[in-house]
Amino acid sequence: MTTLKATAPSPVGGAFSEATASDAALRRFLHGLPGVDQVGAEQRAAGLGTRSIKTTAKAYAIDLAIRMVDLTTLEGSDTVGKVRTLAAKAMRPDPTDATCPPTAAVCVYPDMVATAKKALAGSSVKVAAVATAFPSGRAARDIKLAETTDVVEAGADEIDMVIDRGAFLSGKYLEVFEEIVAVKEACRDAHLKVIFETGELQTYDNVRRASWLAMLAGAHFIKTSTGKVQPAATLPVTLVMLEAVRDFREATGQMVGVKPAGGIRHSKDAIKYLVMVNEIAGDDWLDPDWFRFGASTLLNDLLMQRSKLTTGAYSGPDYVTLD
Amino acid sequence: MFDYAPAPESRSIVDIKASYGLFIGGEFVDGTGTPFKSISPSTEEVLAEVAEASAADVDLAVKAARRAYTRVWSKMSGAERSKYLYRIARIIQERSREFAVLESIDNGKPIKETRDVDVPLVAAHFFYYAGWADKLGYAGFGPDPQPLGVAGQVIPWNFPLLMLAWKIAPALACGNTVVLKPAEQTPLTALLFAEVCQQADLPPGVVNIITGAGDTGRALVAHPGVDKIAFTGSTDIGRSIAKEIAGTDKRLTLELGGKAANIVFDDAPLDQAVEGIVNGIFFNQGHVCCAGSRLLVQESVAEEVLAKLKRRMKTLRVGDPLDKNTDIGAINSAEQLAKIRELSDIGEAEGAERWSPPCDLPQHGFWFPPTIFTGVSQAHRIAREEIFGPVLSVLTFRTPKEAVEKANNTPFGLSAGIWSDKGSRILWVASQLRAGVVWSNTFNRFDPASPFGGYKESGYGREGGRHGLEPYLRNGAQR
Repeated sequence: MTTLKATAPSPVGGAFSEATASDAALRRFLHGLPGVDQVGAEQRAAGLGTRSIKTTAKAYAIDLAIRMVDLTTLEGSDTVGKVRTLAAKAMRPDPTDATCPPTAAVCVYPDMVATAKKALAGSSVKVAAVATAFPSGRAARDIKLAETTDVVEAGADEIDMVIDRGAFLSGKYLEVFEEIVAVKEACRDAHLKVIFETGELQTYDNVRRASWLAMLAGAHFIKTSTGKVQPAATLPVTLVMLEAVRDFREATGQMVGVKPAGGIRHSKDAIKYLVMVNEIAGDDWLDPDWFRFGASTLLNDLLMQRSKLTTGAYSGPDYVTLD
Repeated sequence: MFDYAPAPESRSIVDIKASYGLFIGGEFVDGTGTPFKSISPSTEEVLAEVAEASAADVDLAVKAARRAYTRVWSKMSGAERSKYLYRIARIIQERSREFAVLESIDNGKPIKETRDVDVPLVAAHFFYYAGWADKLGYAGFGPDPQPLGVAGQVIPWNFPLLMLAWKIAPALACGNTVVLKPAEQTPLTALLFAEVCQQADLPPGVVNIITGAGDTGRALVAHPGVDKIAFTGSTDIGRSIAKEIAGTDKRLTLELGGKAANIVFDDAPLDQAVEGIVNGIFFNQGHVCCAGSRLLVQESVAEEVLAKLKRRMKTLRVGDPLDKNTDIGAINSAEQLAKIRELSDIGEAEGAERWSPPCDLPQHGFWFPPTIFTGVSQAHRIAREEIFGPVLSVLTFRTPKEAVEKANNTPFGLSAGIWSDKGSRILWVASQLRAGVVWSNTFNRFDPASPFGGYKESGYGREGGRHGLEPYLRNGAQR
């Protein structure tokens, strides 16, 4: 159900090969993209946030959101036991209700990939692993590539890499581009999500440029944040990224997914994101193949809202499982 | 498909009476004219029967206002007046949902707008002018400016409650009393505001609200007991009011039509510009005097902007004004709908290309789909005349100079918009535009602290801000 489509872009789309020919050309291209007006973008995001999603629409949105969750644990204190629990939860989020769909993936640190893979064997739930010296990305490239190869060999289906924000902010766009291309190569058949850490990029103009940079380099997904830096995912940042994937498909015919991660805790917020996906990128993106939530606590709130819709009464935190 | 289920705001909070009288001297009284009906534009359902103020009723209202002016309001200190205005502002906030729902029902505009724009701005306007009431000596109109007396105010149907606030708040803050005539299409929120005046214990006669159509308005304008006329509405009626009061010592402010240029340069933040274009022309179904009804887009990005605009327009939700997800509500009246249709047909006949997204319009009520015309030239009537509906004329330009010339080439001059990431260009273009309000990288943004008004056939006088006090004050030295 949640297999990533094989139509993912190859690095450097033909139409844009000139744009990535040199550092100067890439800079010209990225800085030639239309600017983002901060006030306007935030207003648009806030406006979409006032959509009122009720009854059948809410039920649809909640189930879709559950299917889009990359259930995540990225802590120094992670253990085999913790990852197994999480995997069980991902496959069967609501043990009392067989109609509740599984999540899209579990997302773990590299050393937990084998454990997750084993625990999820036979299910549709994917294993996503963070790599490339997550979360800071501050390591030599060969170490990042070795780490990527390692998690791929351990069985990761999806790799969540971080870009080198230092290089990006100092204008070394080609360096960032080449690193993404190299990591993508190391991913082999695994799918690549590129994390920008938008909280460190600061401006929406940077977010738009990073989005295009990653898409040109062949990312399957562009992702807002690691969850380790505040602010993490926000509606306006996701708006700018959704505009970018929409425009990229218009220009190249290729679809790229979007994953906001970090700070999305409530069903109400998740629904706002889905409204935004629907109205900005279009309903082709309303699918776990093309939109994900990087989250941990969100799932339980979605489950509580789901049982409220079916039973008419709120349960409580004791009626959903801890992970 | 993500289909949004209906999300209607409940009507139960409003209590629409079967019939309404006139609000004169702090009380509701029967009118002596022929009552008329107020209908819901989205369903054509009759909402209430409303009294028509005859010339005799207008006379009563003006006299009540005069009495309140001489005996109470002009003698009261500014600080005391401000207390009433603050009280009114707070009551409006407390009853905001009621006002929002009623405005949406009576006017046809979406609840999203009445809830998030109209009513909050109304309260903000009263708060803002409440603050001025005891500081008039510092407003720059002499050390001891004085009120004029009785203000006759006539307002349109597009922002019924907001235009009431724009008129009443500064008048009262300056020490004037008012007789206000709401539009015959949309009297209900003004009558609910009359209840607020009672609730706030506003001294009787300080605010009088008389309902009726053109005859009532003419009687008010012509009444010799009125010291000042403030009118918002069409240029034709504005012109006839100016003629009517010529030779009298009545003061006059007019806020009339517009045909604003929304100028998009090739270095604009395009996604936000598209939002601004949509907000500029489809906000309030385009029933906005300062609507950005002429899009001037630089040729080098015209194709891209139009593609983005069309895609965006496909997501606009037209329908039940009380549904919280509705973006575009009903056209206010059959008459206005006929006018929009007529001008749109003329646009097509003149050779412009018409486009609307596919949208299902309700069976009953007055509806018009969001529409754009491309291939429009300055010579087309749809580029020159105010359509006052959700219809955008798209023109192109090549250089900033040409943009300015085309933008100014109109008998109107109420507002304009500039979209560019280049600050120096924004400042230069703004300085060249003959329009009372120039927005840059935004459109249709209102704030009580910001003056609003027009050039040329868009009228004269300013409302809002410190400037909005002047039309209601006599400089101490002028006495």
